[in-house]
Amino acid sequence: MNIIEARNLVKKFDDFTAVDSISFGVDRGQFFGILGPNGAGKTSAVRMIYGFSPITSGNMEVFGLDINTDWRTIRSRLGVCQQENTLDPDLTVEQNLWLYARYFEMDKKKARERAGDLLLFFALKNKRQAKVMELSGGLARRLQLARALMAETELLILDEPTTGLDPQSRHQVWDRLFELKKRGLTMILTTHYMDEAEVLCDRIIILDHGRIIAEGRPAGLIEKHAGKSVIEIKVPSEELKAFVREKGLKHDDLGELIIIYAEKHDHELEKVVRERFCMDSCLFRSGNLEDVFLRLTGRELRE
Amino acid sequence: MMHVRLSAVSLRFRHVWFRNFTTYRRIWKVNFFVPLFEPAFYIMAFGLGFSGLIGGVDYGGMRLEYTQFMAPALVATACMWNSFFETTYASFVRMYYQKTFDGILATPLSLEEVIIAEIVWAASKASAAVAIMLAVLVSIGYANFPEALMCIPLAFLAGLAFASIGMFFTGIIPTIDMFNLPIFLFITPMFLFSGTFFPVSSIPDWAGIFSLLFPLFHLVELTRLFCIGTMESSITFNLTYLVACILVFGYLALRVMKRRIIK
Repeated sequence: MNIIEARNLVKKFDDFTAVDSISFGVDRGQFFGILGPNGAGKTSAVRMIYGFSPITSGNMEVFGLDINTDWRTIRSRLGVCQQENTLDPDLTVEQNLWLYARYFEMDKKKARERAGDLLLFFALKNKRQAKVMELSGGLARRLQLARALMAETELLILDEPTTGLDPQSRHQVWDRLFELKKRGLTMILTTHYMDEAEVLCDRIIILDHGRIIAEGRPAGLIEKHAGKSVIEIKVPSEELKAFVREKGLKHDDLGELIIIYAEKHDHELEKVVRERFCMDSCLFRSGNLEDVFLRLTGRELRE
Repeated sequence: MMHVRLSAVSLRFRHVWFRNFTTYRRIWKVNFFVPLFEPAFYIMAFGLGFSGLIGGVDYGGMRLEYTQFMAPALVATACMWNSFFETTYASFVRMYYQKTFDGILATPLSLEEVIIAEIVWAASKASAAVAIMLAVLVSIGYANFPEALMCIPLAFLAGLAFASIGMFFTGIIPTIDMFNLPIFLFITPMFLFSGTFFPVSSIPDWAGIFSLLFPLFHLVELTRLFCIGTMESSITFNLTYLVACILVFGYLALRVMKRRIIK
C-alpha cells in the first residue's frame, strides 16, 4: 500500500489555480522530492497532504485514509517540519517537545523519554534547558525536526528544511535525514536546492505552474533531460556554434555561454572541444538536477 | 472545510490552553501585581479626590459612598481588559509573529479547537485577575464575603464574551497597530458608559439604551449584586445577554479566523 496516493489534486485560490490536477504516489520508506520554482505550487501541494489546506477537488489518501474525513488520524501519524519557525520562543528546548507531545495525547513519561532520545539524535542534549529564542538558525531547525518526530511519526514532511542554514548546519541536517531514511522512515521534501534533492531523494516530481512537468529518479531525469556529461564553454565562437549544430549535439546557447549535454562521458568529443574551442575557459563536469530544472522550467526570473 | 465544523471540536483544546498556561507561568509572578494594586490606586484616587465633590450615590435603593459604588465596577472592567487584551494583542502575536497556530495545525488539533482554547484561556486569565482583586476588596471591606466569590465564575463567563469579541477583531484586523480602533471606539466608550462610574439610571433614557448594548454593563450589574447586594436590572436578562454575546461573537470569531488562517 502506498503511504500517499494523490489523484487529480486541485487547489484554487479564488480564480488562481495553485495546483492544477496533479497525481502522485509515495511508497513506504521512500524519500520523495517535490521541486519547482517559487510559486509553482509546492507548499500548496504539501499543505493538502496534512490537511492544512482544504482540497478544491480530487482525492488525497494518506495511510489509505481520506484526508477530508480522517484528518485527525492521519495527522496523529505524521510529522511536519514547516518552512517557517513555528517553535514557541518563550519556552525551553525540552518544553517545546513536551508540549507538542500533548497535542498527540502522548503520555507524559513516554513523551519525556522520546524527547530525550530525539535531543540526543539531533545533538541538542546540552541545549535542552536553553530558551528557543536564544538558539541559532541551525539549532532551531534541528529542534523543529525533532519536534516533528515526537509523535512516533510514520511520515515526515519537510518543507524547505535547510533554507537559510549555513553549509555546516545544512550538512548536519542531511546527515540526520540519511540516518532516518536508513531506519525506513517515509519522507517528503520540498526544496529549491537541487543538490539537496539529488543527494536525498529516491524519486522526485518537478512542478511548474501547478502541474507536474517531470518525474522520476534523479539520475534518470538527468540522463533524460540533460546529460550524464556536460561541457560549459564561455564566450563561444561562431565556429563552435557551427560545430555544435553540424554534429547535432544537445545544447543550450545562452549567448555568453554554451552548454553541451552528452549522453555519456564522450572522450572523443571532450578532446575535440578541448583542443579546438577552449581558448578562454571550459568546464567539464557531470550533469546534475540543476541542469534538468533549468532546462525544464526556463532561466527567466519568476518573481 | 472552510466552514466552521462542530465535528472538529473536542476536548483536545485543553492542550492549547495548557500551552498558554505554561508560557504564562513564567511571567505570572510579575503580572499578578497588576490586579493586586490596581483597585487600591482607583479607590485612593476616587476616595481622596472625588468624594469631596460627590456626597453619595443612589443606586438600587441604597445610598452608597462613591468608592463603594465604584469598587465592584473595577472588578468588572479588570475582567474585560484582561480577556480582551489576551485575544487581541497576545493572540495576534501567537498567530502572526510566532506562527504558533500554524505549528499546532500540523498536529491532530483543528483550528476550531485552537480558537476555542484561546478564548477559554483568556477567560481563565480574567477570572484569576478578578480573584486576586476580590481578595483585596473583601479585605478592605468593599465586597461582601462569601457572596463576592460568585464574581469568579461570573468573570469566566463574561471573559468568554469579551475574549470572543477580541478574537473576532483579531480575525479581521490587518496589522497589530490597528487594534487602536476597536479599543478607542468600542472598549473605551464601553468602559466609561456601562454604569461603571455613574449609575445608568442617572442619565437620560436615550443614553441608557446604549449602555444596555454594552456587555460590560451587564457584567457590572451582576458584579454589584454579588459584591454589595443590590442591582438595577434583572439577573436573567444580564446573564442571557452575556451568553448571547458568547454565542454570536464566538461563532463570528471562528468564522473570520478560519478565513484568515486556512488557505
